[in-house]
Amino acid sequence: MGAEFVQFSLTPMLIGVLAAIACALPGNFLILRRQALIGDAISHVVLPGIVVAFLITGVVATLPMLVGAAGAALLAVVLIEGVRRLGGIEPGAAMGVVFTTMFAAGVLILEQSDTSSVHLDVEHALMGNLESLVWFRADGWGSLFDPVALASLPEELPRMALACALTIALTLIFWRWLKISTFDEAFARAMGIPVRAVGFGLVTVAAIAAVAAFDAVGSIIVISMFICPPAAARLMTNSLSHQVLWSVAFATLSAVAGFALAGYGPLWLGAVNAVSAAGMIATVSGVILALACVFGPHARRLGEAAANSN
Amino acid sequence: MALLEALFLQSGYNAALVAIGAALLGFSAGSAGSFLFLRKRALVSDAVAHATLPGVALAFIVMVTLGGDGRNLFGLLLGSAVTAGLGLLAIEWISRRTRLSEDAAIGAVLGVFFGFGVVLLTVIQTMSSGRQAGLESFLLGSTAGMLFQDALVIAGGGLFSVLVIWLLKRPMTLVSFHADYAASLGYNVRQIDLAIMGLVMAATVVGLKIVGLILIVAMLIIPSVTARFWTNRSGRLVWIAGALGGVAGYLGAALSASVPDLPTGPIIVLVAAALFTLSLLFAPARGVFAAAIRHRRFQARVHRRQGLLALAAQHPIREGYTLRLLAREGLVRADGVPTLDGRAEAAKVVRDEERWTIARRIHQDIGLSGQYDGLTPIEEVFTPDEIAEFDRRLGAPEAV
Repeated sequence: MGAEFVQFSLTPMLIGVLAAIACALPGNFLILRRQALIGDAISHVVLPGIVVAFLITGVVATLPMLVGAAGAALLAVVLIEGVRRLGGIEPGAAMGVVFTTMFAAGVLILEQSDTSSVHLDVEHALMGNLESLVWFRADGWGSLFDPVALASLPEELPRMALACALTIALTLIFWRWLKISTFDEAFARAMGIPVRAVGFGLVTVAAIAAVAAFDAVGSIIVISMFICPPAAARLMTNSLSHQVLWSVAFATLSAVAGFALAGYGPLWLGAVNAVSAAGMIATVSGVILALACVFGPHARRLGEAAANSN
Repeated sequence: MALLEALFLQSGYNAALVAIGAALLGFSAGSAGSFLFLRKRALVSDAVAHATLPGVALAFIVMVTLGGDGRNLFGLLLGSAVTAGLGLLAIEWISRRTRLSEDAAIGAVLGVFFGFGVVLLTVIQTMSSGRQAGLESFLLGSTAGMLFQDALVIAGGGLFSVLVIWLLKRPMTLVSFHADYAASLGYNVRQIDLAIMGLVMAATVVGLKIVGLILIVAMLIIPSVTARFWTNRSGRLVWIAGALGGVAGYLGAALSASVPDLPTGPIIVLVAAALFTLSLLFAPARGVFAAAIRHRRFQARVHRRQGLLALAAQHPIREGYTLRLLAREGLVRADGVPTLDGRAEAAKVVRDEERWTIARRIHQDIGLSGQYDGLTPIEEVFTPDEIAEFDRRLGAPEAV
């Protein structure tokens, strides 16, 4: 746990943890509202957004890519709603139509345009490049207090920290509104809570988290972090605040354990090369969910638990 | 020209093979997907598709370990079917055993299986160094260098699913529409659900080679959603969806063969999406334009009637749309004064209104008088004899 750890593992691990938490927080409300797959749809449409942003600006820069991805996410939400209403189609199918079409368009534009010279491809979009977010200038724990070394931190770290702080702040500020409108929409409306705005805001925050995380860690982590930690947390407790805390703990655990297993696991098994950290983090979150399904104290529906104990 | 050549299978052996394979795939995916769509579980296919990745990778590892050629398509597809099946069972298990809803189960399986697949892909990259496994092509499909043998696998899979659909159409439709009713008829809903999922899995696995695992979802969902615009009957829906999928596959493959650098998978999906958009806009009964025209007509009828009632009551009409409507029919003059025709029409509307009042007094049953909405002409609901009876009670008509 010395200089090498700080240089090669600390920053990607931190970014992974921040991304996992930023996605897990809105995920808690999405799964309770049965909108879990919005995260899936958003992470698919991020690709066309980024490709179009690149074609317009011609550079692989952070800001235009974020704007493009956010724009695509917004467009997708609007299109899903439009297809659902105009065609009278159930939301799941409407979602399936929209995000696959946009993804196909993204792949097509990517293949047609000359993007081979830059680091922009589908696989990168899916798997991210968590391992490459290393802190070259660091030479030990002391670097944490060295302004010169701190200045060379990968730019993804502060960005992800910002996105994570934003989701935490919004969750805390709108806690009551979110809670009431998630569990009892009619009651929330009667209390004068702007239910539609809360729902749209939640999807927007999810999109922001997905877009910020996507750039650093790829869409696999985004999809699994939206769902697995909150789903596992839901099986641990009946209280929403406890569920959110559990989900943060599970997200952190998945990111840290996944990253460590990806980096060091193969070495323990005698292999030479590390495996994909993003994939491993998703896998670990799945294992946690599976364990929660089997051993979670509140895994079953209320009636069933009582019926089976008789 | 190149497109025409490709459409008539004249662009070479490989292109013809791909076009036929894509059409077969489109047909089986479209018809299999329509049951999922009717069952309102369209996105299960997304999880199934993503869950094929670890299977492909595992099959490759196993085949190489056993000393064979890791790229044998049949072996890879077999492996993908195994993990896709596991993914399906996991969704079933989570949504049955725990209190998580099905969409959470879908999302969890999708992310986790895909993530594990990516881990295995990185293992393969390091394992057979120097030998490009090319498994990444299963992500987005790749039709370059498709072998005759691959086409046979695809054709066989396609034929198999069409056969299964043909045999099990009735129970599968029943379960899709009303699972409880099907259960009460003695069908085993769970097994039929599994059969539907098996079909979806077959289409997914077969589609890996051509459109890839991320876009195969589109081939399962878009054709059936499109077909829904053209029919209200489930029996036709299945085959229309199949035909639409087949057309998208064939056209897409032909397009991609005729223009350089057009990847086949995305083009097929975009053709399917174009068919969807056309149907959404122009379908005769459920399309957006048809609905807009219906709405316009309804609006015109309401305005016309209100205008005529106003004429009868000798109120001035100030609303521009109503005036234009009546003027176009020659019922009012440009200054809003009714013409002779207009007065006759107005008298008729008032008369009908009075007839309806009588009719509702006589016929208390909702069946006939319930059709009163102020717009349906009374002649469409009652016979001339009945109307004559209403008139007898009303007395002579009044002129306007």
